[in-house]
Amino acid sequence: MLFDVIITIALKEGMLDPEARAIQNALAHLGIPTLSLSTARRFCIGIDAVDREEAGTKARAICERLLANPVIHRYEIEVV
Amino acid sequence: MRFAVIRFGGSNCDLDTVHVLSEVLGVDTDLVWYRDGLQRRYDAVILPGGFSYGDYLRAGAIAARTPIMADVISHAREGGLVLGICNGAQIAAESGLVPGVFTRNEVPRFICRPTWLRVETTDTPFTRLYRRGEVIRVPVAHGEGRYVAPPGVIARLNRERRIAFRYCDTEGRVIPGANPNGSIEGIAGILGEGRNVLVMMPHPERSSELVIGSEDGRRIFESMIEHCQAGTTRQR
Repeated sequence: MLFDVIITIALKEGMLDPEARAIQNALAHLGIPTLSLSTARRFCIGIDAVDREEAGTKARAICERLLANPVIHRYEIEVV
Repeated sequence: MRFAVIRFGGSNCDLDTVHVLSEVLGVDTDLVWYRDGLQRRYDAVILPGGFSYGDYLRAGAIAARTPIMADVISHAREGGLVLGICNGAQIAAESGLVPGVFTRNEVPRFICRPTWLRVETTDTPFTRLYRRGEVIRVPVAHGEGRYVAPPGVIARLNRERRIAFRYCDTEGRVIPGANPNGSIEGIAGILGEGRNVLVMMPHPERSSELVIGSEDGRRIFESMIEHCQAGTTRQR
């Protein structure tokens, strides 16, 4: 069965996000000051699995073995 | 004695490193294409700088998961030397050869300039020819060189004297103004648990000949050669 999985990789709470800060500065230059801004990456992945649970297990493996670096990242998985 | 320099798709300091080893220092050095794996025993393996896999996902993340890195990890477990330079340092950290990660610079732009490093320990196969506290000039060229690790890991690295180099000013002071990328505690290079793996963001291969501005980095390679000639595979 095909499952569409959406994985979001973001920096852990409290981690410095230099890209976000640069974007906030650019927005301020455009006259749009912001109070907070964080960045994340979204991956849409098709997974073949027998059920949602197996799809979730495979998605976790994808995060832990490649997409996220546990030193700095947290991840969220949504099985659609 | 034979050294290997591994070329990944996107490595670009591989030939500079081979040049220093074989032409400047006279070491038999193989340039190894990553898909060929390590076909024989080497005294030292060098992961050179560059942009393996275009820095996709995270610098070093994809190269760290190629099969040759399993060979490099086995080589390190057997006590062989591994030197990761710049992208090689990122690859080594991503593969778990050293703890922590090298990530986006504090100011998110690519920096390419000379830096000054304080030699923090000489009790390693890579720094035995320096004096402790010596200040050396070695250039950096990276966009993702900020070293990050949990506080417990930093404490352990300090306790075990596994921080090899810190960014400093010309007088050897480790101060924020001398830190090009926002690395924790100005860390520029760290050692693996067995002290036979050194990873560093600055480029010693670009500072091994006076004609290009500095030869301060050359003693890293010379230290490795001396260590290998002494025939010890591991020292503490």
